[in-house]
Amino acid sequence: MASGVKPRVKAPKKASAGEVVTIKTLISHKMESGQRKDGSGNVIPRSIINRFTCEFNGESVIDIVLAPAISTNPYFEFDATIPAAGDLKFTWYDDDGDVYEDTKSVAVG
Amino acid sequence: MKFKALTAIAALLIAPAAFAGGADDDTLTINGDLDMVTKTAAPDHLSDAFDEIISGWHFRSDETQQLQTDDFENQGMIFVDQAIDQWNTAEGSEGKSCADCHSDPADSMVGVAATYPKWNEEAGEMRTVQMQVNDCRTNRMGAEAWKYDAGDAVSMEALIASVSRGMPVDVAIDGPAADYWEAGKDIYYTRFGQLELSCANCHEQNYGNYIRADHLSQGQINGFPTYRLKNAKLNGSHSRFKGCIRDTRAETFSAGSDEFIALELYVKSRGNGLSVEGPSVRN
Repeated sequence: MASGVKPRVKAPKKASAGEVVTIKTLISHKMESGQRKDGSGNVIPRSIINRFTCEFNGESVIDIVLAPAISTNPYFEFDATIPAAGDLKFTWYDDDGDVYEDTKSVAVG
Repeated sequence: MKFKALTAIAALLIAPAAFAGGADDDTLTINGDLDMVTKTAAPDHLSDAFDEIISGWHFRSDETQQLQTDDFENQGMIFVDQAIDQWNTAEGSEGKSCADCHSDPADSMVGVAATYPKWNEEAGEMRTVQMQVNDCRTNRMGAEAWKYDAGDAVSMEALIASVSRGMPVDVAIDGPAADYWEAGKDIYYTRFGQLELSCANCHEQNYGNYIRADHLSQGQINGFPTYRLKNAKLNGSHSRFKGCIRDTRAETFSAGSDEFIALELYVKSRGNGLSVEGPSVRN
């Protein structure tokens, strides 16, 4: 596992049915591009988050492919419609096979 | 003749955009409830140079400014989070963590960043926050001192600064601090390097103007440690000083040197009255 990786999400705890809410996500990750060389001239292997998804009660909200040129600590902000109470599930996929997850529950009322 | 006329028209067209310098009139509120003082009357010792002191925040683009208004978007806070983990981790031969003596930094460290660098009577030296942290690490924890302005040290400094945000910078410049302050002032007004530039040439005489693509600020350090978009990490004030002096094509002092401690005290005193902003976001 890459070191210092910590996913974080900011989503409202409560919304009214059908409301469009803004969701912000940030994951601390070094996003090593695979283009750089270390002090002795060897290529530093690529190590990035290559995919990010958000699901609401199992339904896909957003699915993003990340490329090596994306800078460190990738940040995503997007809008989502909340039809009913449920769970937002966020998943980040690391090149080294690790998967980082976070879940936020949204109440409707 | 035609060429001249075209040049004149071009100059007229470009003028408003290219010379829209100076500080803007935005206001900085963090997390929607913490109002920051980013412009205020200059402290007495600066009255010859400035009427008003202005945080570097005002000289950045709207997009960069916005990042600092929300802790979630301020990537400097990632490093603060890491420092909180470090704060609670026992280290060294004594098996103690920062938390064992100082419990919660949100209580115990309030106001620290506003008054440092500060004279330490016992040790008889001027101490920056990082030196004080290292004193704790070596003498109380039995741990190794952190390298000046290295990742761990500057993250911890950011944690300590973050709990003082909104408080006015208020470093003492009299008494035993006076010698350091004078030494720092000397450095501030000394021209360094092949380009023969002093701090004052850019940050006092030309703030608001552009030096090539860079918008010059007053060089205030109330926002340090600073998260810079250019290197995507926290930067300490000494590293920033070093970068500036290097750009004058001079041999620089090193981070943690007596010269930079004096300069940090002096430059920080120029911001007496501005809010502590660290960790701030700059380009």
